[in-house]
Amino acid sequence: MSQPAVLKIENLHVSVGDTPILKGVNLEIRQGEIHALMGPNGSGKSTLAYTLIGHPKYEVTEGSITVDGVELNELDPCERARMGMFLAFQYPVTIPGVKVADFLRHAISNIRNPERKEGEELMPMRDFRKELRDTMNELNIDAEFARRYLNDGFSGGEKKRMEILQLAMLKPRFAILDETDSGLDSDAVRVVSEGLQKLSGPHMGVLIITHHERLLEYNIPHYTHVMLAGRIVETGDAALAHELHANGYAGVRERHPQEAAEEQETQEVTTP
Amino acid sequence: MSTIDTLTTPDEELDDRAQVDIGDYQFGFHDPTDKYAFTSRRGLDREMVAQISEMKGEPGWMRDFRLKSLEIFEQKPMPNWGGDMSGIDFQNIFYYVKASDRQGKTWDEVPEDIRRTYDRLGIPEAEKKYLSGVKAQYESEVIYGSLQEDLAKQGVLFTDTDSALKEHPEIFREHFGTIIPPSDNKFAALNSAVWSGGSFIYVPPGVNIDFPLQAYFRINTENMGQFERTLIIVDEGANVHYVEGCTAPTYSSDSLHSAVVEIVVKRKGRCRYTTIQNWSNNVYNLVTKRAMAYGDSLMEWVDGNLGSKLTMKYPAIYLMEPGARGETLSIAFAGDGQHQDAGAKMVHCAPNTSSRVISKSISKDGGRAGYRGLVKVENGATNCKSNVVCDALILDSKSRSDTYPYIEIDEDDVAIEHEASVSKIAEEQLLYLMSRGMTETEASSMIVTGFIEPLVKELPMEYAVELNRLIELQMEGSVG
Repeated sequence: MSQPAVLKIENLHVSVGDTPILKGVNLEIRQGEIHALMGPNGSGKSTLAYTLIGHPKYEVTEGSITVDGVELNELDPCERARMGMFLAFQYPVTIPGVKVADFLRHAISNIRNPERKEGEELMPMRDFRKELRDTMNELNIDAEFARRYLNDGFSGGEKKRMEILQLAMLKPRFAILDETDSGLDSDAVRVVSEGLQKLSGPHMGVLIITHHERLLEYNIPHYTHVMLAGRIVETGDAALAHELHANGYAGVRERHPQEAAEEQETQEVTTP
Repeated sequence: MSTIDTLTTPDEELDDRAQVDIGDYQFGFHDPTDKYAFTSRRGLDREMVAQISEMKGEPGWMRDFRLKSLEIFEQKPMPNWGGDMSGIDFQNIFYYVKASDRQGKTWDEVPEDIRRTYDRLGIPEAEKKYLSGVKAQYESEVIYGSLQEDLAKQGVLFTDTDSALKEHPEIFREHFGTIIPPSDNKFAALNSAVWSGGSFIYVPPGVNIDFPLQAYFRINTENMGQFERTLIIVDEGANVHYVEGCTAPTYSSDSLHSAVVEIVVKRKGRCRYTTIQNWSNNVYNLVTKRAMAYGDSLMEWVDGNLGSKLTMKYPAIYLMEPGARGETLSIAFAGDGQHQDAGAKMVHCAPNTSSRVISKSISKDGGRAGYRGLVKVENGATNCKSNVVCDALILDSKSRSDTYPYIEIDEDDVAIEHEASVSKIAEEQLLYLMSRGMTETEASSMIVTGFIEPLVKELPMEYAVELNRLIELQMEGSVG
């Protein structure tokens, strides 16, 4: 591989409606790096994830997001996906009547051929089937999955495995995992953790948003960031993630009284 | 009658005129008409009706039937429900247009312009691949007909309805106009007065037709009225799948299609009637379809309405004897300037009969699609079951969906279920698909395809593919 691509977030401010959520986030992720993003509820982690993939509800009021110098702010989610951005959703939505295999074949055809227009040729069926079968084998996902409707009647664990399967098929340059390990039993967490471990490597920059330790045990972060009140207030290595798991965020709040105060205010505003 | 529930989105006035946009509609081209064998003058009166009958060389009883029907048509008021029919000018319509002097038995015998049209519609190709027989109606007359030889040998009749009147007068007269009498409604009366073409099918006892019989209806002339008349008789233990498709050129002024379809399914027989209606957006499509299903038989309507300016069509099944089953699968898709008032009627006349209706309607770009249906159980029809499910998907805030499920029950011992849902494409669904590289159009289209999938999967593959393709065409350029 030549130079690894860089996802660069600079002074990012994001609002939902009139409420500012992110207040100047700076973060740089290179292909091949694993970053953990931690922080208490409401600190803006999911907002960052949705903003990166272009959720229309999240408005960038200041700052920039670039991939290898290309500004993402004006691009829609489809264009960002074709540039190699991927979000494993915390709450994957159900699309009734759309088979997993059909969905994936469309997705992969677009991602592999970013110039593709709707109605143009899809990836050849034979190649697609083989790749899907191999990938599902590798991730220990039952072949029957491919014929089910997308997330329709899936258990929590199945939905998260579906996200990992998509990650495996689409091979993004930058993958954001938004609490992919939450709400799962320990077997399911292991499956997802192992899955990500198999997939990450020099071609993928990973941002893991998590409250738990397990995912990070399998996928040891090069960097750990802590978010508080819409800013990244601390950055460390894997040890920081350990410490936060062990001791919670009290120490972080003490070290960053201004953000802690803002966090307090926001909660008072949003809690009636 | 009572309206159980009416579900609408914020109501906006609909445009009166269809937006003519040839770009969205693939079949909007038209052929030259200067070589036609006969074109009637515009307008409708006794003289015109008598002329049609005379040109066809019909027996006196049919001439009288037509003239009587014209009187009924003139007496009946326009329906004051359904859609807006104020744009229909009965005196501006061509009631009888004959493009060709004879019916071809091979495509080579069909005039070249017309043959090219059917080539573009893919009919000869489909015929080779997966059909048992084809009838192609162009304007008022059937211009091409075929039936597989082995079926003909087994006594299957598949002709145009005009020929059936001449060649099979007894069986024709036994059933014609008995299931839908001219007095049924204004448009059935109109059809009875000026009918021309359509399919006549007779399937003898025990004969099973493996591949569908297909009819393809094409309007070519502006302000044309097409009034085909179809009669299908499925004898005891026999089985047929009949498919009809329809298209027309896009003109700035309107045409009228008003068909009557009568079906008899005898004991243990089985009939499936599939329609993929794709008229251009300047066609009023006002059709009466009804089947009588006898003991232990099965009648199925698969009714896909994608085109037309206004469609009012409620295929009916009368369950006449114990064990009869009726099923209607209805898909309606209304875009800009379109109103699909589609639905189903199930009439339980005998005990131990069952019916099922699944309706899926989609509206976008200010279109209006709805379900209007009737489930009726007559006194004495005990132990009947009926299940009606109507789902509507609305793609934007300009569009509208209505559900009018009428239920009339004169019997206590019955099980009737009705479910209705209305949904909109959720922003979260679009985001999810777009975040996987789909464009907004592709994402909306995928959601719509998924919405109708439970219904489409019941179709033979060729028709499922065709329907999905038409829906994708409808979705193109429209962003949800």
